[in-house]
Amino acid sequence: MKVTIKTLGLAAAVTLATAPAMAQEKLKIGLLLTLSGPSAVLGQHARDGFQLAMKDLGGKLGGRDVDVIVVDDELKPDVAVTKVKGLLERDKVDFVVGPIFSNVAVATHKPIVDSKTFYISVNAGPSNLAGKSCNPYFFATSYQNDQNHEVLGKVAQDRGYKKVYLLAPNYQAGKDALSGFKRHYKGEIIEESYVPLNTLDFQSELAKIASMQPDAIFTFMPGGMGVNLVKQYRAAGLADRIPFLSAFTVDETNLPAQQDAAVGMLSGSNWAPNMDTAENKKFVAAYEAAYNAVPASYAMHAYDAALLIDSALKATGGKTEDKDALRNAIRKAEFKSLRGDFKFGANGFPIQDFYLVKATKRPDGKLETQVSEKVFDDYTDAYAKECAITN
Amino acid sequence: MTATLFFIQALNGLQFGLILFLIAAGLTLVFGVMDFINLAHGVQYMVGAYLVAAFSAWTGSFGWGLLLALPTALAFGLLLEVLVFRHLYDRDHLEQVLATFGIILFLNQSVKFIWGAAPLSVPVPEVMSGSVEIMDGLLYPVYRMAIIAAGLVVAALLYLVVSHTRVGMLVRAGATNASMVSALGINIRRLFMIVFGFGAMLAGFAGAMVAPILSVQPGMGDNILILAFVVIVIGGIGSIRGAFLAALLIGLVDTLGRSFMPNLLRLVLDPSAASQTGRAIAPMLIYIFMAAVLFFRPSGLFPAKR
Repeated sequence: MKVTIKTLGLAAAVTLATAPAMAQEKLKIGLLLTLSGPSAVLGQHARDGFQLAMKDLGGKLGGRDVDVIVVDDELKPDVAVTKVKGLLERDKVDFVVGPIFSNVAVATHKPIVDSKTFYISVNAGPSNLAGKSCNPYFFATSYQNDQNHEVLGKVAQDRGYKKVYLLAPNYQAGKDALSGFKRHYKGEIIEESYVPLNTLDFQSELAKIASMQPDAIFTFMPGGMGVNLVKQYRAAGLADRIPFLSAFTVDETNLPAQQDAAVGMLSGSNWAPNMDTAENKKFVAAYEAAYNAVPASYAMHAYDAALLIDSALKATGGKTEDKDALRNAIRKAEFKSLRGDFKFGANGFPIQDFYLVKATKRPDGKLETQVSEKVFDDYTDAYAKECAITN
Repeated sequence: MTATLFFIQALNGLQFGLILFLIAAGLTLVFGVMDFINLAHGVQYMVGAYLVAAFSAWTGSFGWGLLLALPTALAFGLLLEVLVFRHLYDRDHLEQVLATFGIILFLNQSVKFIWGAAPLSVPVPEVMSGSVEIMDGLLYPVYRMAIIAAGLVVAALLYLVVSHTRVGMLVRAGATNASMVSALGINIRRLFMIVFGFGAMLAGFAGAMVAPILSVQPGMGDNILILAFVVIVIGGIGSIRGAFLAALLIGLVDTLGRSFMPNLLRLVLDPSAASQTGRAIAPMLIYIFMAAVLFFRPSGLFPAKR
């Protein structure tokens, strides 16, 4: 058996050497996403978005055949680091694309950028990687984490809400969310309530909200927590009385479970499935046909990440060895983003528009978020000025 | 206003406590009667929720879904008993913990494999979809009252069965001294199987009842399992009465603590410090309570008589 494999390998090597068109090795991309646990659906959207882009690009990026290696970080930073080392040392990937969660991004950042491999985030945008610890090998096709929350803070301020009730899970991202909201909101915060992570029953919070009568509530409740909160908020009769502002709570990963309870609720985002560009319409239709779900922003970011890599490799003629040339090509971001305007700031994070989006029921009965108004134009994140990369 | 708020929060605490009781009842019997640590009890709660989600989607009605889910949960519990747990009774606790932990991982992945990772939603049954305005601006769903009622009915039934029937007598006897019961000619293995099956069904019932108000998702049983263990430790292992009272206490302490701790502390601290400290202490309250109970009554509030 061993002999056979060796012979085959030799034969393959000979064939390769005699076929110059095949001479270029396959490009290797490691997809690092959360694909198990309660938050797996976010990673699935990103994976499907990336794979859809690969299909649309004919299976090639910048003219090269591609090997996409998908790994599950299990939402555990230590597991993610082990798997990333496998991607870097065993598979020798040219790009790492991912992750969803910021704790994974922070833990895996150093091994990836130290090995001079480009790291393209499709969601996580922790403040330190946008600011002080920014790195020329790190790019995000998503946003800095605070920005979606800032959208709601700005909206609450502009609409003249006097008293706002804040609600978040008690962990780092929850606290960051509320401080993001407060960046533009200057009114009174009558309560800043933290519930344990993975709380599923919000009835006692709802009683407090009803008794305090705020002008609006702002919350960040990703995953199953958001499903429950929205359903219970609607059932308690609060949805028609106290506006429900949120981020990462009412989105396409949760809407299939929230159903009609979420209709009319407001979120902040850099994109929505109904955005009116030819590319986006094609993307949403193809995604729905292939995966039987309305894509969430995670899918869009991953799709854009594939387009970004494709555009950069086209500029370098498919070469990845000259890192500076490749970086300059990435920086130019010469692709048509599904969200419209897109360019990179010096810190590798996008400068883009942000919108207030509203959960809406489409005529075919499916739910999606739809753009309600533009809140920020060509918006740079608050940490970019702390980043020391200059070029 | 504060009195109404207090009343509502007490109602919330009661409802939470009753759900905890449904889970803890099976757990305490299995632990008390069989001396068997079943970490997989939480996933049986999850399985109940998934079954009712699947069956009500299939039949189009929550009532039918519940009717079909209960026997299936029972059958599933019995199947697990026959396939896995039966072989663990004579092993030590560490091996039971490892094996049942394996079941958690296996079942969490299985439901994800079958139903996907995204949370499922179960519609509230039509007849109970209304709500009552019990406080200015706050509607209280009728369905939550139905949960309270169902919890109380099940508790009463359990009390009757355990205290006034022959099977209940055997269960109580088994909790006190299993080998003696066996020596008297009772098939203790079969008794174990029945207890186990019904424990699994009760957990499944709890999962089915909360499915319309919570989202059904993989891993939903993992957090509640810890609370169920707190309940049986406070209540006294093997005691249904203890589990009932401890579950209500935990439900009330947790819910009221979270809502009113900051207000209470405001009497002694300035408002911002009070709300900071209140937030920090509230989630710890039940564990502080458990530590206190263990300090004064190491075998719980109502231990099964030995």
